[in-house]
Amino acid sequence: MTARLLICAAGPGTTLQDGGRHGYLRYGVSAAGPMDWNAHGRANILAGNPEQATAIEVGLGGIEIAVEDGVVSLGFAGAPFSVMLNGQALPPAGRIRLSQDDRLAIKAGAAGAWFYLSPAGGFDLPPVMGSLSTSLRSGIGGKALAAGDGLPLREAMALPELGLELPPSPSGPIRVLLGPQDDYFTPAAIERFFSTPYRLAPRSDRMGYRLDGPPLDHSKGFNIVSDGIEMGAIQVPGDGKPIVLMADRQSTGGYPKIGYVIRADIGRLAQLRAGEAVRFEASTIDAARRELFAGLGSMRDSLAQTFPLGGGLSSEFLLSLNLISGAQSMAEEG
Amino acid sequence: MSAAALPRFLFAGECALVVEYGDRIDPAIHDQVLALDRAVAAAAIPGLRETVPTYRSLLIDYDPEQIAPDALIERLRNLPIDAAQAKARARRWIVPACYDPALALDLAFVAEKQGLTPEKVVALHSGAIYRLYMYGFAPGFAYLGGLPKALDISRRAEPRPTSPPNCLLIAGGQALITTVVMPTGWHIIGRTPERFFAPNREPVFLAAVGDEIGFDPVDAASFAMLEARAAAGEPVARLAAARP
Repeated sequence: MTARLLICAAGPGTTLQDGGRHGYLRYGVSAAGPMDWNAHGRANILAGNPEQATAIEVGLGGIEIAVEDGVVSLGFAGAPFSVMLNGQALPPAGRIRLSQDDRLAIKAGAAGAWFYLSPAGGFDLPPVMGSLSTSLRSGIGGKALAAGDGLPLREAMALPELGLELPPSPSGPIRVLLGPQDDYFTPAAIERFFSTPYRLAPRSDRMGYRLDGPPLDHSKGFNIVSDGIEMGAIQVPGDGKPIVLMADRQSTGGYPKIGYVIRADIGRLAQLRAGEAVRFEASTIDAARRELFAGLGSMRDSLAQTFPLGGGLSSEFLLSLNLISGAQSMAEEG
Repeated sequence: MSAAALPRFLFAGECALVVEYGDRIDPAIHDQVLALDRAVAAAAIPGLRETVPTYRSLLIDYDPEQIAPDALIERLRNLPIDAAQAKARARRWIVPACYDPALALDLAFVAEKQGLTPEKVVALHSGAIYRLYMYGFAPGFAYLGGLPKALDISRRAEPRPTSPPNCLLIAGGQALITTVVMPTGWHIIGRTPERFFAPNREPVFLAAVGDEIGFDPVDAASFAMLEARAAAGEPVARLAAARP
C-alpha cells in the first residue's frame, strides 16, 4: 500500500497547484498555478520532482499534516513560515522525512504569504484537463484542502533531510513592463505610478491584488474592447486603482492594462501581506528576460544551496533564524 | 489607428505578445484575428504555448526560454495567412433557448426599458444569428456579437451576486451564454439546457471561436426534458450548415 498525506488542519484557500492548466485559456479557463512560481519550483526540486509538479500551496492560515501507511520525503519552501516537526523548529525551506506518528505544522511567520509543500514522487491523483491545479473561482480541479482530506501519493524513495540556504531575498521596487494599453494613461499617471508607493488592499486574493494609492487617470476612458490577460497584468478600472491579476485571474478583460509585473518579481509581489507597501519601477523586455532567467537558474540550482539536516539543529542555527526574520520585519516597515 | 500600422505587436509581459488588429468590435477585424490564429496553429512555432483569440487581438503565450519576442514577431510577420480558409471552418450551432418568465428573470425589465413587449424581445433575441467572438471571464462563457440594436441596453445598476448556470444574458450591445454560477451585471433573458462547458463530456467546450450561434425557442416542459439529457452528457444544440 502506498502512503497517503493526511490533512489534519488547513487554513482557508489551501490548494493543490502544479505549473498550471495550460491550453484552455482560449476557452476562458484560467491557468491557475502557484502564486510564487520560484518558491513552488524550489519545493518541487528539493523533493526531487519536476519543477512544475503538484505541491500544496499554503496561505496565512497554515497547515498541519501527517502521513499514513508509509514514509514520505517532503520538499518545502516559500515565505519564512514557522515549520515545526513534532514540536521541533526546522529551517523555513528544505527537505524532511515524514513517518507514521509524525506531525508537521506550518504557520505563517513574520512576513510573506505563501508556502509550498511537495511530496517526493508526487500525488497519485487524476488530472483535470491536464492539470491538478485547483481553480477555486471556477471549481475546476476540486475544492480547497480541508481537515480530514487524505491525498494518495506515488511511491518514492526516502531522501536525506536537508535545509535550504535561501539566497538573500531581493528588495527594491517591483519591476513593470509597460503595455499593452499604457497609451490609455496620461504621462502624469504613468509618472505617478512609478513614483508613489501603493499598499496592498485587504480585498486581495489569488485572483487579484488590489492596490491602494493615488488613482491613475485614464487619457481616453476606462473601457477597452476586451483582450487577453496573463498573470501579472496591471489593470486599472474606472476608479483608477490598479489591480494586479494573479494566478486565478480571468482570461480576458475590458479595462486598460498599464503594464505587466515582470515574471521575476511576481512571486515577491505575491508574498506581500495586506497593508504592506510596494513601489513599482519601469523595466525593459531585455531586463525582464535577464531577471527571469536568473531566477529560473537560481531555482534550478536549489539542491546546491542545501546543507544536511539531522541530529537536531544547533542553537546557532535557531538564533540565525530569529535574526533573519527580525531583519526582514524591519525591512518591511522601513 | 491607421490601417498601414496594423497589426500592432504589443508586449503583455515577457511571456506573451498581443497582436492587435483594431480597437473595436467588427467582423472584419475578428476575421483577421482568426486567420492569424489558424496560421499560428498550423506553423507549430517552437516555444509557443497557447493563443487567446479575442474581438480584436490575438494573445500569444510563449516560453521565453525557447523563443525571444523579436524572433517570434519576425516569424509572425512572415506567416502565410489564408483568411478565406479560416472563415470556411466556421460552423453554425442552433441552441435551444427557454424564455419562460420563471427562468428569464430580467425579461420583463428589459422589455419595459426598451419599450418592447416581452414577446418582441424574445423574437429579436432568437431571430438573430450571432458570431462567437471570444470566450472569457469564466470557463466556456461565450461572448456573442450580432445582437439587434433594439436590445442594446446598459448593464444592471446592481450586479447579481450569483446567476444560475447556462444563462442567456444581454448588456452593452452584446449577448453572452454563461456556464457556471457567477456574479453578473448583465440581464438574464433566458436559459439554455446546452452546456457550453462540460468538464466530463467530449467535447468539453461545445463551440469554437468564430462559430455562428442561433437560438431555437423552447417551452418550459421541453427545457426540462432537454436539461435532463444535457445533464446526462448529451449535447442538445444541433449543427446547421453555416453561411447557407
